[in-house]
This record gives sequence, structure tokens and C-alpha cells, in this order.
Amino acid sequence: MSAPAAAPFAFTPANVEQANAIVAKYPQGKQQSALLPLLDLAQRQNDGWLPRAAMDHVAAFLGLAPIRVYEVATFYTMYNLRPIGRHHVQVCTTTPCWLRGSDQVLDACKKRLGVDVGETTPDGKFTLSEVECLAACVNAPVAWIGDDFYEDIDGASMTRILDDLAAGKQPKPGPQVKRQTSAPVSGAKTLKDA
Amino acid sequence: MPKLTINGTEVTVDAGKTVLQACEQIGIEIPRFCYHDRLQIAGNCRMCLVEMEKSPKPIASCAMPVNEGMVIRTNTAKVKKARNGVMEFLLINHPLDCPICDQGGECDLQDQAMAYGLDRSRYTEHKRAVPDKDLGPLVETHMTRCIHCTRCIRFATDIAGVEELGTMGRGEHMEIGTYVEKALTSELSGNMIDLCPVGALNSKPYAYTARTWELVRTETIDVHDALGSNINVNARGREVMRVLPRLNEDINEEWISDKTRFAYDGLRRGRLDQPYVRKNGKLAPATWKEALSATAGAITGAGGGSIAAIAGDLACVESMTALKDLFDQLGSPHRDCRQDGAQLDPSVRAGYLFNTTIAGIEESDVCLLIGTNPRWEAALVNARLRKRYLRGGFRVFSIGPRLDLTFPVETLGAGPETLEAIAAGGHPFVETLSAAKRPMMILGQGALARADGSAILAAAWRIAVTCRLVRDGWNGFNVLHIAAARVGGLDIGFVPGKGGLDVSGMLDGASSGKTQVVYLLGADEIDVRRLGSAFVIYQGHHGDAGANRADVILPGAAYTEKSALYVNTEGRVQQTKRVVFPPGEAREDWSIVRALSEAIGARLPYDNLAELRQRIERAHPHLAERGVAPGAPWSSFGHEGRMDQAPFRSPIDDFYMTNAICRASETMAACSALYVGSTAGKTGTHG
Repeated sequence: MSAPAAAPFAFTPANVEQANAIVAKYPQGKQQSALLPLLDLAQRQNDGWLPRAAMDHVAAFLGLAPIRVYEVATFYTMYNLRPIGRHHVQVCTTTPCWLRGSDQVLDACKKRLGVDVGETTPDGKFTLSEVECLAACVNAPVAWIGDDFYEDIDGASMTRILDDLAAGKQPKPGPQVKRQTSAPVSGAKTLKDA
Repeated sequence: MPKLTINGTEVTVDAGKTVLQACEQIGIEIPRFCYHDRLQIAGNCRMCLVEMEKSPKPIASCAMPVNEGMVIRTNTAKVKKARNGVMEFLLINHPLDCPICDQGGECDLQDQAMAYGLDRSRYTEHKRAVPDKDLGPLVETHMTRCIHCTRCIRFATDIAGVEELGTMGRGEHMEIGTYVEKALTSELSGNMIDLCPVGALNSKPYAYTARTWELVRTETIDVHDALGSNINVNARGREVMRVLPRLNEDINEEWISDKTRFAYDGLRRGRLDQPYVRKNGKLAPATWKEALSATAGAITGAGGGSIAAIAGDLACVESMTALKDLFDQLGSPHRDCRQDGAQLDPSVRAGYLFNTTIAGIEESDVCLLIGTNPRWEAALVNARLRKRYLRGGFRVFSIGPRLDLTFPVETLGAGPETLEAIAAGGHPFVETLSAAKRPMMILGQGALARADGSAILAAAWRIAVTCRLVRDGWNGFNVLHIAAARVGGLDIGFVPGKGGLDVSGMLDGASSGKTQVVYLLGADEIDVRRLGSAFVIYQGHHGDAGANRADVILPGAAYTEKSALYVNTEGRVQQTKRVVFPPGEAREDWSIVRALSEAIGARLPYDNLAELRQRIERAHPHLAERGVAPGAPWSSFGHEGRMDQAPFRSPIDDFYMTNAICRASETMAACSALYVGSTAGKTGTHG
């Protein structure tokens, strides 16, 4: 299960600065605690995935044996060890989202993108994934794209979001229905109202 | 010291011990897979569950420290049910292919499933299959059998010091592996096979060759390095099938090096199984009678002054004693056991022993390595150094090539000029060494086996004295040998007598024609081209360099085929046992010399091994005591002189190819090609 070979990797000067700032948050001698954020930084620098070269670079940066980095990177599902589309569409299909119609959301994605779960569109723009609970059940169903959650979605709104992303526009994150964050859908209800 | 109650019995144990250890102390056996005395505690197999009062659920006894007033129960229905459950989970993904598994018959999972398992499976879903990993030519993997105890990972990380194994993925998809496929780069990797409680890691050379219950086990010792690791040789019929370690806390703990473990296939190949005599330039098979009379003729023809003997790295004390006695009777002082030319001083025993002892390393706080690469010269000494390093407060310095010893080493210099500076007292390191509570020095053969070796030995002696390496109850001066025969040879005085030649003198004499007969007692690591036109007698067990050049070959026995004494680098006398008989016409070595003495007409005064041993013990009383390293009195040794400025280098260029047995082994050849061929000059372990 080794990762595909890739070009050499090194942090950009700006990222080196940021990496040093992250490492500095931890006490002297506990630098390896910075492993998770540094892998995230490397993944962001490398179009959303971690080649072996990037893991080796982080290992050297923190003075760890490479195997210790591989262990962590393979354990967490949020590190991608293979190349990935520009937009990583992660649809939650755990029980609350499923009860609220995540099947329609996923079908809409498959139809709009023309790929199945785990696949990347031929133009390299989208990768579709099915994920477990994203801890936003109150706004189910939920999809996670890039750094944003899209909440209270259905087939139609999901298609619209994907259309916008394909067109290079940034769709508005958060609830896709008329609702303020996680407040009740049927209008404000406070203790006063009751 | 906390006091706790286990199954109604009160027991007091040392603070910091675990519940499992407390149970063991009163003889209660707790089943376990992940827990191992010498590894860090992981607590992940859950097999060692016991009941603890006031705890709502069973606890993992291996990871629970003892506390005052604890009440533990190990024999309740709840404990039995918990262990039953754990075993059922462990077996869910286990293939249960015991009939074709090499571990079958000595498998922890098999044994414990008998005791704690159910008699049938309730699991009807698909079992997962895991692709096997390629870990090199020594360790075979069957990863589907793995139960994720992580013993192999902990061994590699902590004891071997090579962080190469880890757990990949998680949950159902977790696998043990290296991520990037590679062979394990450790000299101790074979120990993972012993540690693996199931059949996931097996011995590749031994795979499918025997079942454990067919094997006859013989407890003996190893001769591939100078440590004398305690081993258990398993044989079937006339063949050695495998080699396993045997516990000896003073030497090898429960580990052995890969060479000790895997070189045994060399015992079957390239063997000398009958005498040969060179006729018309070609070696021709001969009878013992012909070979002995040809040898006797050559020796009597040459006379005492022009015969010489060299003992090789695997020679036993008995054969060297017999040969020395024979040469004494013939009036030849030309004999030497230091075939590498090491300038050791045989007159002071403390000057050629590993005085600190291997276990003593654990008490040291500063160690200076001089011209040695312990990782290759004595892999288990290196493991001890690492063990000491992991405990903290231990610094290792080196004079010699840069080394990767799996722990940090501060290189002070490359050769004699640094040694001289320290000996003269002007080097800043002198302060570090003098200030240490238990300083030690390890002098390697790389520093001694050179023309200025005696001067280097003298400089090391001066450092030992000025930095007080020898003090009350502590001797920090150590010579690390690489040949099993060496200390024994020096002990019995298999060194040039009055006016005798050393190895290089003999070879010069042979080249010039002054030395007419050279007797090689298993000596293969000499420059045979310099033997000139001398008549060469080779006594040994493998058709290696020495036998190739020989005019007469007297086939001897390898270390698994004779009862023989060896003295390890600490001066510890140990005895091998006969596991199998020597092949064909080959004979035990001392008896060959004894038979030759009769053919010459200078009969040696012992007719059996017991009498020979009595003779040895009479002449050298310290060899009478087995298995102990009492040390030796300190005195001065070495000869001051000019030192050559050439840097030190390790005498071992290839860990896997150090003697005739290894060189005949296909397994060692595969390792050498893989590890040494491709990494030469890259890892820093390459001298």
C-alpha cells in the first residue's frame, strides 16, 4: 500500500515560517506534537494530498523516523495519500444525515459529476467521498467541501453548489435553506416565545 | 512496597511492578500476547484481563501498576468469560491454518486457544486477508495470521534500534508493515520471529522444512562471534534445522544475532568429509592412514625449527592445546592464534579480556570506543550499549570511523593522533572520562591488528590508568574480540614461544622458504598466497581458502559436531555439545592431533577428552570453572612506541561473511548481497 512516487517536496519559505510557528507552540523536546498540523500544512501546499516525499520532509523537519509519520498519516482519513481533485466533496451518510436525505445528495453528486464514490472527475476538479459523521447533525444533511460545511442541503442545492464550484465561483457556505446557523427552521423560538 | 491480595493470597511486590508480574511472582499464569518482559508495555491484546475489586470491568493486568490494598481475582467466571471473548475476537480474522503453519506446535495462540478458546467458531462472515510483506531474506511474513500485538514493532524500535516497522491504517484495515517495502536493516531481526506469538513472522530459511515436534534440541553455544551466545540447536536426524537463542542474562539475554541464527545452512555445504592428499598438484581423496603418514612425513622431514602452526577463529581450546603440546614435543616455538596479527599481550590476561563484562555495560556511564564497530563485531554488545543508552545518562564516544550504532555516538577523531592526545592528557575528553563514575573503554581489533598495535595498546593502558578506568570493584578496560577462538588461544599460550615467529613472521618465512611446513588449524583468514612453497596441512571443516592451498587436508568437526571448550571475550569458559556427528570421515579435532602425534612417534599423553581436559585444567586452573567471568588481576601491558597515523578501521567489512561457515551459507550470501552490497559506504556501518 505504498504511495505513488512523486517529485521532491520541501516547505515553501512562507510555510517554513508557519511550520516553525506551529512547532514553537509545544514545549522544548515535545516538537513531535506538531506532527498533525504540519502534515496538514504539507497537504495544503501539495494540492490536497501527501506524497511520500512530503511525509519524509515532515519527518526530517521534526526529527522523527519516517515510519512514525507514515503511521499517523495512514491512521487519519483526512490525510489523502493519493492525488485528489481540486474540490474534495465529502458527503456525510451517517444515520442523521441519511434520515434527512443524504442518499439524494449523494445521487445528485454522482449525476452532476459523473463519477462514483472514491473517484475523481477526468478534469481533476472534483473528488467524491462518502464520510462518517461530520458532527453537524443539527443541520443534516451535510457535505464538506474544502474548508467549508454546506448544510441543510438536498439534491437541487447540492447540484447548484457543484455548478458554482465548476464555474469557479465560491458558493455561500452554511445552511442552504432560510435559516440562521443552527437556529430553528420554523423561525425564532426562545424561552420568551414559549 | 505495596501489598495486594491475589485470589485470597497476600503478596508484597516492588512498587512499579504490574499486576501481571505480581501474579507471576506467586506462580499464577496469566495468558498474554502483547506483553513481553523485555519490551515496553503496550496493553493492546487484552488477553491478560483479571478482575479487580471496585473496578466495574476487568482490567488488563499487564498495564496496571500494583497499588496498596488491591484485591485481584484471576480465577472467577467473569475472568474466564472475558478471556473467552477476547480469544474469540482474536480468532475472528485469524486463518486457523495451523496444519500448514510453521508456528504450529509452538504457537502461543494455539496453546492459549486450547485453554481459553471456544471449541467452535460462531463467526460466519468473511475473514479479512492481508497481503504479505517482503521483509528481506530472513523473516517470512504471513500477515493474515497477525493479531496486532505489536511486539515486532516494539522490538525493532527499542531493542534493535531501527525504526522501520509500524502500524498502517486503522481498525479493520490496520496492518503491520514498513509502508515503503524494504528489508529490515537490523542484525537482530531474527529475534522478531521468536517474539511473534503467532505464525505471522516465520524464519524464511527454515520455512516448511521441519515440524517442531520432530526436532531434537541441544543446548550449546555459538562461535560466530567472540561472545559465546547461548543457543539451542535443533536437529532432525543428521541435519541442523535451525538455531534458537537460549536465555543467558550475562551474555545474550534472550536474543541472538542473525549470523548466529541463520548461518547454519553453511554447515551442510562445502564440508570436508574425508582426508585429501595433494598428488601431482591436485588434491586427491585419501584414507586417514595416508593423510596422517603424509603429514607425519612432512613434519619429521622438516624438523622443529621450520614447522609453524596457525590457529583459526573457530578453533577450540582442546585442539589448540593438543597442537601446542605436539609442537612443544617437536621443539617448535612457532605457533600463533592471532591470525589477524592483533598485537595482544598474552602475558597479562586483563589486557585482552572484556573486563567490564557484557552485563556490566549497564552500570557504565561513559564509554569510549576505539577502532571498533560493535554493531558488526558483536551485535549483542551493541544491543547492551543501546539498552544502557535508553535508560539515559550514558554517553558514547568513538575514535575511528563514523558509526551508525542505533544510538548517538560522538566521534572524537579518526586515528592514533586523537588516542595519543588523550593518553598525553591534553585532550578535553580526559576530563569527561575522569569525571565519570563508571567509565569504560572498548578497544577493538581494528586498533590492535596493525603494525603499531602494541603501541596503541600501551596508549590505551595509559588512558586506563590516568583516567582511573580501573578502580574499586570496577574494571573499565575492555578488548572486544571477534573470534571465538582468540581468548582461549591466548589463555593456553598458543602464541610464539621463545624465539618463535608470529603469523606475519611465519608467512614471511614460508615465502622465503625458511618455514617448510605450516599447520593451519582452521585458519582461513590469512593471506594464503604468502605461504609460498611451504607444505601446508589444513585441519578444519570447510573447503575454504586454507583447504584450497593445502597439501594435506585433515577433516575436522564444526562447533555443532563436537564437545569443545571456548572462552568468550569476557574470559567466560563455555562448552559446546555435540548436536550431530561430523559428516563422513571427519573427526573431532583434538583426536586428529592425537592420532597425528602417534603417526609422528611423539605420542601425546592423553587418550580421551576427559584426560585432555584434566591436562588443560591442571595447566590453566582458571579454565576449570565454566560459565563465569571472574576477571583477571590488573597490571601493565603493551609496548610504548611510535604510532602510525593511519585511521582505525573496523576489521569486519561484511557482517555476514566473517568465517568459513558463513561463507558457505546461502542465507548469509543473500544477506551480504542485499545489505552490504547495496549499502556499502552509505550507512557508516561499513568500516
